Order: sequence, then structure tokens, then C-alpha cells
Amino acid sequence: MEQPILSIQNATKIFGGGFLSSSKPIVALDRFSLDVYESQSKIITIAGESGSGKTTLANMILGFTPCTEGKITFNGIDLNQMNGEQRSFYRQEVQAIFQDPYEVYNPFFRVAHIFDMITRHFKLARSKKEAQELIEEALNLVGMRGGEILEKYPHQLSGGQRQRVMVARAYMLRPKLIVADEPVSAVDASLRAMILDIMLRLRDTRHISFLYITHDLSTAYQISDLMYVLFQGTTVERGNTAKIIEDPRHPYVQELIDSIPVPNPKIKWNMNIKLPSEEVMRMKNTVGCRFYPRCPKRMDACTKAFPPMVKVSEEHEVACYLYQ
Amino acid sequence: MAANEKILEVLDLHVQYFTPRGAVKAANAVNLYVKAGEIVGLVGESGCGKTTVAMAILQMVQPPGRIVKGEIRINGHNIVNLSEAELRKVRWRELALIPQGAMNSLNPVLRIREQMGDAIQAHEAISARDLKARVLSLLNDVGLPERVYNMYPHELSGGMKQRVCIAMAVALNPAIIIADEPTSALDVVVQRVVAQTLLDVKKRLGVSMIMIGHDMGLQAQMVDRVAVMYAGNMVEVGPVESIFAQPLHPYTQLLIESIPSIRERKPLKVTEGLTHDLRNPPTGCCFQFRCPRVEPRCLQAQPAMIEAGPEHLVSCIHYQAR
Amino acid sequence: MTVEETVDPKESPATRRVNVWDSPWLNTKFLVGGSIIVVVILFGLLGPFFWNTELAYTASSPTNLPPMWMAKGSPEHPLGTESNGRDMLASLIVGIPASLRVGVLAATLGMGIGVLLGSLAGYLGGWWDHVIRTISDSVLIIPSLAVLIAIASYVQFPDTTMLALVLAMFAWPGPTRLVRSQVLTLRERGYIRMALLSNVPPLEIMFVEMVPNMLPWLAASFTGNISGAILGATGLEALGLGPTRVPSLGMIINYAMTSSALVRGMVWWWLPPILALIIIFTGFFLMTVGLDEIANPRLRGYGNGGK
Repeated sequence: MEQPILSIQNATKIFGGGFLSSSKPIVALDRFSLDVYESQSKIITIAGESGSGKTTLANMILGFTPCTEGKITFNGIDLNQMNGEQRSFYRQEVQAIFQDPYEVYNPFFRVAHIFDMITRHFKLARSKKEAQELIEEALNLVGMRGGEILEKYPHQLSGGQRQRVMVARAYMLRPKLIVADEPVSAVDASLRAMILDIMLRLRDTRHISFLYITHDLSTAYQISDLMYVLFQGTTVERGNTAKIIEDPRHPYVQELIDSIPVPNPKIKWNMNIKLPSEEVMRMKNTVGCRFYPRCPKRMDACTKAFPPMVKVSEEHEVACYLYQ
Repeated sequence: MAANEKILEVLDLHVQYFTPRGAVKAANAVNLYVKAGEIVGLVGESGCGKTTVAMAILQMVQPPGRIVKGEIRINGHNIVNLSEAELRKVRWRELALIPQGAMNSLNPVLRIREQMGDAIQAHEAISARDLKARVLSLLNDVGLPERVYNMYPHELSGGMKQRVCIAMAVALNPAIIIADEPTSALDVVVQRVVAQTLLDVKKRLGVSMIMIGHDMGLQAQMVDRVAVMYAGNMVEVGPVESIFAQPLHPYTQLLIESIPSIRERKPLKVTEGLTHDLRNPPTGCCFQFRCPRVEPRCLQAQPAMIEAGPEHLVSCIHYQAR
Repeated sequence: MTVEETVDPKESPATRRVNVWDSPWLNTKFLVGGSIIVVVILFGLLGPFFWNTELAYTASSPTNLPPMWMAKGSPEHPLGTESNGRDMLASLIVGIPASLRVGVLAATLGMGIGVLLGSLAGYLGGWWDHVIRTISDSVLIIPSLAVLIAIASYVQFPDTTMLALVLAMFAWPGPTRLVRSQVLTLRERGYIRMALLSNVPPLEIMFVEMVPNMLPWLAASFTGNISGAILGATGLEALGLGPTRVPSLGMIINYAMTSSALVRGMVWWWLPPILALIIIFTGFFLMTVGLDEIANPRLRGYGNGGK
């Protein structure tokens, strides 16, 4: 069997709760597992709302935060035990695009600085001319031309342009995987499609996989192959994107999909969804299912232990006792 | 109050921001009205001028911005150029604002009862007992339990704080509430609860609303009429059903087509999108750089708003009788 | 794009005001403070071309002359002379730059150490952070003047450079703490993460990516530190613990004190150095406040201009 290039095994992140701290530990991500294979480039959605742990996961994969438990390996090497050379290689193979395409530009420098950094530190080119060609090629791929933007300052570009430059930058390194943390949330609706389309093209023609981290199930449905839905750090449903969206099984995922406003004034919300009181919402169920306090179909078994993943159909698994 | 009475009218509004490199034309000849008990959605991409229009209605355009021209009439009275003292009376009583990220604007050291009480007392003389009853009934209106009365903002979730802000906005029975992205930054389930609350309050109090937003799905669910802005210009206004069923302006069409669907997978509709510099708009239609149907005659002047259906206005040359 | 095209001539006053708002460096307080300091520096720089600075040394002039506008005053010594036969104008021309030099030198050194240690503590964190923070906090709570007096009574400072070096020992903890906290916030910024993902080595991240974005903060801290160092130096000199050969402002005060200028009614002796110090401090204070506003837009009383 093929070995995964990136393998996340039971990755857990607990914040706080050190022996000197007075606050209770917060489990930001609980035993998350995921494998990315080189032979099949895929767009994998990590979906979740605020507090679901999706950004923590991104930070762990990018090496900004270490795992508390579990591990992340790349070509079999633990991320936390890499030497300088291995880390540098990892950085080239696993790149990132972030949510706010303005924040990622140092306001002090021109746009070209973004490309200068990688050409210098990854030694991408032997000459200035070669570097220019590489940059131009990457920019052309996202529908831009170097002469128009490289000498500008970031604030002189539009949000969509800034994000496309970031995609071009990531592409220039020819990575195997790009972690895209909410890449279109801060981009205007009419321009989102362009960024998403570039992601699809990179997947199909350059065989780059994406971890598409988002709260927006609609765009995930449009572009992704696989999906993991997180709730308060736990994986509640995972598998084929279309199967999950078209036939959600977990009560949380059902509620989520049901709440997305339908862009058709003739199909109004079926009103009166009620959330339980704040005390109930805040009561974190740390042993059993995290969704228990809000779940319309809760049972006694849900509080005893975290529900194991159950296969409901090919490429579709759900962590819920309803399907046991 | 007659059902079709125009509570608010914006007439030929021009707002500009004066920067060293030229005046940014954030609103050009914007016309808009809101009828009693109606919700009007104001949509467009970031920087299109929708927040500017809202701030102009409230007479809260921040320097270096200024209303250059135009009238804003509330119940027929122009409020542009009113003195600050007169304006204070109009705001809250006639106009209330739920600002963007309102939930973060609550004072963290005051209990909810103090925040809401202060807002009411600042505008009317009211006895302590009446005040308490009023605050409690407002909390009840937005579906919050009584104990919120004694809570601090940090004890509430984002959705609850947002509902406190809604309660504060309706506290003085304003004629119009302007809600600037009232549900952005909320989780989708909570967003739905807050949206429900807004609709509920609107129905019960018969207040009119302007709802600024960029989520077309939410607009479809909530508003009666939609006003679409692009680069400081109003390009289309119409009843929500006809805007979604038959968008006329190419930009509105683009907006509607680019809503990602959760019902069916379809190929992405990719468009180039570069808006011109608002300091230096081109002659002619504001959408000419991105429009798939641009023709030489589009480059002559910004097309006038023409009536294309009942209450459905569009600013596009393709719908003008030749 | 032309401004003329869009701005009506009668609206230009508004635009001019907006201009000032638009460039944060054109902060009124900063400009006024900066001008004061420039004038003071020019006084020291150009003074020697117009006045004989040799007159600042003992017995170069007649003693106890009042300024020229008082009875018995003489135009040859316009600000008067003191009991040791020094001309006051010459003393100020020599003394003001001497005091400024000590301040700038000590602050520069303190700043340099602060940037280095603060970046290390903030960027590397962990053990580095603990050690650096503990030491800098300890130094911060030591009453510096008392220690300086103790040092100065053992070591006679040969010149102002030596004095500046000793003052710098107490000028670094402030900048260290400032830089550390700045680095900690900058570290979470998107562009620093981008630099990390671009394999940029730590030193380059610190000095190429971070430091330019800290400039206004550093500048504010720097001007504040200059005043602090001048105050420290003047204090020591006034107590007679400074280098004795150079007539700095503190030295003039010291001589005035030891010769009972106050009791003898020789206002022209003790007042000018104090006035000079007040002017210098006011200048640096205004610069510091102005730079603070530049660094921290919220203090400017208006938002970032965003919507």
C-alpha cells in the first residue's frame, strides 16, 4: 500500500491547564487523524465553526504549534523531530494561504518582496533572470502579470489580487500540499470563484493537494473531494464531500446545512430553530459527544463515551450513536 | 400610518472622502426609499459604498468624508444640515443603528441592565421602576431570558450579545433601524437565530429596516426589497423576488450567479474583477470594466435609473428604450 | 490621476487639513518638538562661529558681571559672567551640546542593547525570555540615581563618554521590555508567518521584517530615553560628580550652587542652564508624545480611515 506523504495521527492540542495555570485546560483539537497521499491530489475540506479547532489544526500542520498528543509525520518523519534540512524541505512541500490576504504582506515592502523571500531562501533560481521567469510563470497561472503588480505596495492591490499573488507564491515552490485557511472568506463574493477555480486547476494539472479549511459548506461542496466536519475539536463526520452534504447523518451537520440561508426568496427558512439556554450551551460535555447539550436526538449513551466512527456507506463515516 | 408611506427617502445623495490624492466618490447620486414596515437590503462588495450610504443616513460620515450633495428625509423632513443637538434627537428616536460587529461594542464593565438603561435614560426621563420593566420587556422581545438583565457582556455568547444590541436599537421605538451586517462573524446556526430575532422584532414593532450585507442567501431570506450598489452607484433596486428571479443589471446577475449553492454542484463562474479607482471614475457606466455586455454607448454616461417593472429600477443602458 | 480634476478650488482648505491627517509623520506635536530640538542643536553647532567658546573656561573673563541689559553690564559679555570668570553665553554654547551628547550617546547605547535583548527574548522565548526579563526587571527597579551617585563617588569620570556609558547601563531595560512586547505581538502577524513559511532565518525575520514595523515605537522610546539620560547626567553633574573639565549644563548648575548664586541674587547664573534644560525636555517630550501618537493611531483621536 502507498505510504501517505502527510499523516496526522490522533493529533490533540490542549491549551492551558499547565500545573502553574489556574484556568481549566481547553481541548482545542481532539484525536484528529488524516492522511494525504501523493498519488491522488485532492481538495480536502476541514469544515467547522469558530472554536471547532480547524485553525489549530492548520497551525499544527504548518509547525506553528506543537501537538500535545499524537503526531504529524511527513514522509514518515515526525514534524517535531525534523532537523534544519528536513524542515526546510517540509516547508517547500507543504505551503499555505491564509484568510486575510492583507495581513500576510509586510506593509514595509513591495509585492515583489514576497517572491524575493522564497527565491532566496529556497534557492529556487540560479540567476535573476531565471527567478523573473519563475515568478512570471506563477503569476500567469493565476491570471496576472509581474510588470503590473510586483513594484506596487500591497495596499495598492485589490483583495482578490492579493490572494491570487499568495496562491502564485505557494505554487512557485511546487508543493505537494497547500493548507488554505479560509482563503476566500475575506474576498468579495463575485471574485471567490476565481480563487477556487485556481485551486481546482492546481489540483488537476499540477497535482497539488489542498487542505481547504473553512466554515463555508457551500464552497466546500462546490470544490472539495473529501470532507471532515469538526465540532468543538472532535471529528463528527468525515468522508466524501458530496455524500456528507447531500445526506448528512450527524445531527450537528444536519443542523448546520439546514441553517445555511437559501438564496431563493421563495424557499424561506422553516422558522423557529431554538438553541438551548446559555448554561446548557456552555456546559461542555468532555467525556461523551460534544454536541450532546444541543442535540435534538440525544440519548443517555451519548454522555458515557465519545461515539466511535461508524461507516454508514462507502467513503462516509459518522461519529454518532444513532447509527451504531 | 399608511402602508405605502415612505418613512425614509434618500435623494440624490453624494458622499465624498477627501484624501490628498483626490476625492473618493463613495456615493454618487444615490436614491433610495424605505416604506413603513419594510426591510430593504443594501448589497454590494466591500468598498462599494453601502456602509457610506448608511452612515450618511445617520449623519455620521466621518471626516475626511462629507455629504457633498443630496437630501435625507425622514417622514418628509430633510435632516441633512441639522445641528448636532437636533440630530441627537433624531438618532435613536427615529433612526437606530446596529453597527458592524455590534456585539463587540458593548462596554465590558457594565451589566446589560446598565448599558440598556443608560441608552434609554439618555433620551427620555423615566422612573427607575419603569426603566426596569422596559428593559426586561425589551430583552423578552429579542428572546433573551430575564437573567440576562444582571449579566455582564462576557457572560453572553456572540449571538446573545448581538440580540442585546438589537434590543438596544429598538429601545426607543425608532422608525428605522439600520443594521450593518448584523449577523456577520456569527456561526451559521447562531446567525439564523439572530436573523429570526430581527424578523420577529420587525414584525412585532412594525419598524422599518435597512439591512446591509453581502450574503445574498441571507438577503433572500430576510428582506422585502434589494438595492444593489457598485462602486458608489446604485445599479439596481427591486422587490427581492424579482431581483432573484430576474436580475437585470449585469452586476446583479453576477452576484446571484456567484452564490455557491449547497443544493447542486455546478461549474464555477469565473469573472475578472477589477474595480476602477473611486477617485477617478471612468466616463460612462461604472461597471464598464467588468461588464460582459459592454458596448461603445455604455462609455458615454452613467445610465439613468429606469423602471423595468413594478418598483424594479435598473441603471443599465440595455433596458432603455432605443 | 490629477487632484485638480476632482477637487473644487474652494474646497482646498478641507483638503489641506486632510493632508495633514493623512501622513501620520506630520504630527503637530512631533513637528513642534522636533523644531525645538533642531533650534537647540543649531545653537550649539553655530554658536562657536559667532562667539568665542574659549570664554567658557575659568578666568577667561572678568568675574560677576551682570547681563548687558542690567546696570554695570557690558556688551562684551551679553549674558554676564560668573564668579570664576566664565562668560555665560560661551558656557551655554559649550554646555548645551555637551549635555545633549551625553543623552544621545546613552540613549543610543541603551536602545541598541534593548533592541538586541528584546528581540531575543520575544523571538526565542522560553529560557532566553525568562533570563532577559528577570534581569531587565531587576535593573528597572534599582533606583538608578542612587547607584550612579555611589559609582561616581568612587570613579571620577574623565569625560562625558564615560558618563554616557555608565548611564546606558540603566537605559536599556525600558527598550528591552518595549521591543519584547512588540516582537510578541508581531510574531502572530500574518507576514511574519509568511516569512517563516518562506524559510527566512530568525535574524532576518527580526531585523528585516520586524524592526521596520517597530520604528515609530522605537523612536518614541528613544527620544524619551534621551531626556532620561540628560536628566541623569545633569543630576550627577549638579552634585559635582560629573567630569569637571567640560562645562555642561549640570556643571554650571553645580558651580552656581557651590558659589551661592541664589543667595547672591545672580539670577543670570543659575536661571539660563535651567531654562535650557526645560526647553530641551519640552522638545523631547513633545517629540515622544507625537511619536507615540504616530505609532498608536488610536491616540490620534480618529480611526484608521477604514469603514
